[in-house]
Amino acid sequence: MEERDLRALIEDVRAGQLPRRSFIQQMVGLGLTAPMASMMLMHAGVAQAQTPSAYKPTKRGGGGPLRVLFWQGATLLQPHFANGTKDQEGSRIFYESLAVWDNDGNLVPILAAEIPTRENGGLAADGKSVTWKLKRGVTWHDGKPFTADDCVFTWEFVRDPASACVTIGVYKDLTVQKVDDYTIRILYPKPTPFWATAFVAAEGMVIPKHLFAPYAGAKSRDAPTNLKPVGTGPYMFVDFKPGDLVQGKLNPNYHMPNRPFFDSIEMKGGGDATSAARAVLQTGEYDYAWNLQVEDEVLQRMEKGGKGRAYIVDGGDIEFIQLNITDPWNEVDGERGSVKSKHFAFTEPAVRQAMAMLCDKKSIQEYIYGRTGKATGNFLNNPAKFRSPNTRWEFNIDRASQLLDAAGWKKGADGIREKNGKKMHFVYQTSINSTRQKEQQIVKQAAQKAGVDLELKSVTASVFFSSDVANPDTYGKFWSDMQMYTTTMTAPDPERFMDQYTSVEISQKANKWQGRNICRWQNAEYDNLAKQASSELDPVKRAALYIRMNDMVVNDNIVVPLISRPRVRGGNLKLTTTLSGWDLDFSQLQDWYKGEA
Amino acid sequence: MGTYLLRRLLIAVPSLLGISVVLFTVLALAPGDPFGDMIQNPNVPPEVVANLRKQFGMDDPIWLRYFHWLAAMLKGQWGFSFISRIDVDHLILQRVPVTLAVIGASQVLALFIALPVGIYSAARPYSLFDRVASTLAFVGFSLPTFFTGLLLILLFSIKLDWLPFVYRADLSATGWQWWWEELKQSIMPITVLGLFQGASWTRYVRSAMLDVIRLDYVTTARSKGLKERVVILKHVVRNAMIPVVTLVALTMPQVFGGAVVTEQIFRVPGIGSLLIDAIQRNDTPVIMAVTFVFACLVIAFNLIADILYGWLDPRISYR
Repeated sequence: MEERDLRALIEDVRAGQLPRRSFIQQMVGLGLTAPMASMMLMHAGVAQAQTPSAYKPTKRGGGGPLRVLFWQGATLLQPHFANGTKDQEGSRIFYESLAVWDNDGNLVPILAAEIPTRENGGLAADGKSVTWKLKRGVTWHDGKPFTADDCVFTWEFVRDPASACVTIGVYKDLTVQKVDDYTIRILYPKPTPFWATAFVAAEGMVIPKHLFAPYAGAKSRDAPTNLKPVGTGPYMFVDFKPGDLVQGKLNPNYHMPNRPFFDSIEMKGGGDATSAARAVLQTGEYDYAWNLQVEDEVLQRMEKGGKGRAYIVDGGDIEFIQLNITDPWNEVDGERGSVKSKHFAFTEPAVRQAMAMLCDKKSIQEYIYGRTGKATGNFLNNPAKFRSPNTRWEFNIDRASQLLDAAGWKKGADGIREKNGKKMHFVYQTSINSTRQKEQQIVKQAAQKAGVDLELKSVTASVFFSSDVANPDTYGKFWSDMQMYTTTMTAPDPERFMDQYTSVEISQKANKWQGRNICRWQNAEYDNLAKQASSELDPVKRAALYIRMNDMVVNDNIVVPLISRPRVRGGNLKLTTTLSGWDLDFSQLQDWYKGEA
Repeated sequence: MGTYLLRRLLIAVPSLLGISVVLFTVLALAPGDPFGDMIQNPNVPPEVVANLRKQFGMDDPIWLRYFHWLAAMLKGQWGFSFISRIDVDHLILQRVPVTLAVIGASQVLALFIALPVGIYSAARPYSLFDRVASTLAFVGFSLPTFFTGLLLILLFSIKLDWLPFVYRADLSATGWQWWWEELKQSIMPITVLGLFQGASWTRYVRSAMLDVIRLDYVTTARSKGLKERVVILKHVVRNAMIPVVTLVALTMPQVFGGAVVTEQIFRVPGIGSLLIDAIQRNDTPVIMAVTFVFACLVIAFNLIADILYGWLDPRISYR
């Protein structure tokens, strides 16, 4: 889709001819994210939809306890030290950020008085600064007022490398200035198209200056508040047992009226996904369970119990296969899988195309994932309703065989194709996970019919996903011919997600295999587009660039997208939640309530 | 006895040092690292991870890390968890009450089952009771705990809806209500573990009793006209219990290690689940602390078992 067409669509939304939601869904269908589409509209001056709040209760409290099960328990409660989403969720119970993303990609103000836009002067025309107005009358759980000083302090604390915060990437290149007690200005060194990163969503939780100031820098790990969080959130801290239990009680001075509904919250960790699903869907012991990585037929059976239901929320995560264009078996300059080497089969585009045709995404979706996965042809996500016009996928063993024949790979006496004496035998690795092993089987069967022999390898998850330099089986090393896993889109903006295919990010010995371009793909045009997109202020032009980049990666068959993985959660039938695919589950925890089903 | 004790204690020290060296080396050689999650996250720049590794001294050579750890241990500091960033002794102490309550209770239950059943079986060998008990014992320790656990959950929580199956360490009730709630949620994990342990102990008690019952002095006691009950309980059991006491003393450290599988199934926040989580996340300080304490307990209880044995049985002398 060209930039022209995108602009035309935006005008339709402005004129009221195209509903905002349809526009966003179409953009998502092209491979962008809902927050990005929303920013395109905001940039063009199309006002954000004022969704009427669905929150019904008319008084604070009285709802009893809210019991949630996170089968990976939170291990610490400081949002800027978080080891993964579970810790961010645990922290989110107590801390808040200025704004969060809802499921439609809109920014919802929490601690901000309003969302910065061009009209209200929040967004500068040159894209180099954003001004946030903070809500007045907000207090920390210990009674001290929340002011701009806390935001400025959070920035100073996080950008200091000695604090070793994991969110440093968001804050280190910008400057935060206090304009007055309730206004801050964020200054960027260069025009920043996607500005909603600092103080927004999981990485934007604000921490109190008066409690953390004595522990800035290298002493950050000693702060007692790390274990006894004091935030502005709907619940106040009661108790914390790492890996096991987080307890909070209602905050009587919460800054939004009639909220929260529940008198207390309990977040229990441990166990596995299946028993978590059981506890919510079958016995009703818990009201909500996170990340139910359980097969759909098991979920459906449990839902028949009539106590709970599964929520399936679209997000940006995608399960995909990578094809190695380097040679992982021989060393060049002491390095396996070196960029200087060539794979004996996958360097031929026809072979890659054939391999892509041998992946039966439809069966994988139907028989393994069910509702919890959607077959997709885009590397950036894709709901079934809106198909991108640029990328096609098909599962066709015969055509794949034809392609391979035409490329010179003829079937040998044992049915396996060979060329120049090399047999088509590939090692296909992934992590240990019953779903993944089943997917491997499906692909192997189809490949066998086409004369391609796949050797299946599975590595234990904690090793596969580690960065251990000494271990040959990590996904970063990619020392096999094919590998498969889910890559998560941790930020709603595609920039960080798509720049993993630039040459700079190539994963190799020199950077200890920490680069994110694991396929080691190099394409000058892609690098150019990526550089352009990172400084392109006009979100429409930027969106068009990302669509082109997505198409390049997919059409070159360097990766084979399989399944777009929405988030699967379980909730009590009477529970009303506000789940978003672009932010934490608890991003709008204050709006959760239980009513009549 | 005093010199014996001293000698044993002196030998314990190098044993513990040796154990700690082996543990530390194995952990250092194991693949994976505690910051793996962070490395995968594209938003975390590598400098942060490098900084964290430096903070925790993970880039020092192995022997240097070992000595740091040893020095800290001797000073009473058990280390600082990489993952949770709190002191390891806090982590462990948080879990000790629950572990003692659930796992400890299961050992007590196991004893309450094993002793009467074993003694009665031995008193009437090959009777109907004995045969049924033996069969059940075999079934009991052949079925793995995750299977029996799941069976109990399916039956009592899902089908009958009598008992909750997720253990909550923070019950809000007080007084009798609290005890009732605690009983309801702990009874399944305690039963699972207790039955498993009790099954193997029943067989052991039974065979220990049978060894003693056929001795001559028992016949003498009977022919003197003592009641059968007195013969069994006062004469036979006391002597048969010597090896059983030893066995029980040796399995006591297991209480500390926790029952990993059962804790996972019922989500009991015990030391076993702490250990497994730490292993999966490569949280070395926690693993070292827990396994080292476990090793100390094993050595300590071995010593206690030896001394008890000598005290109970005057025929044993210490050299």
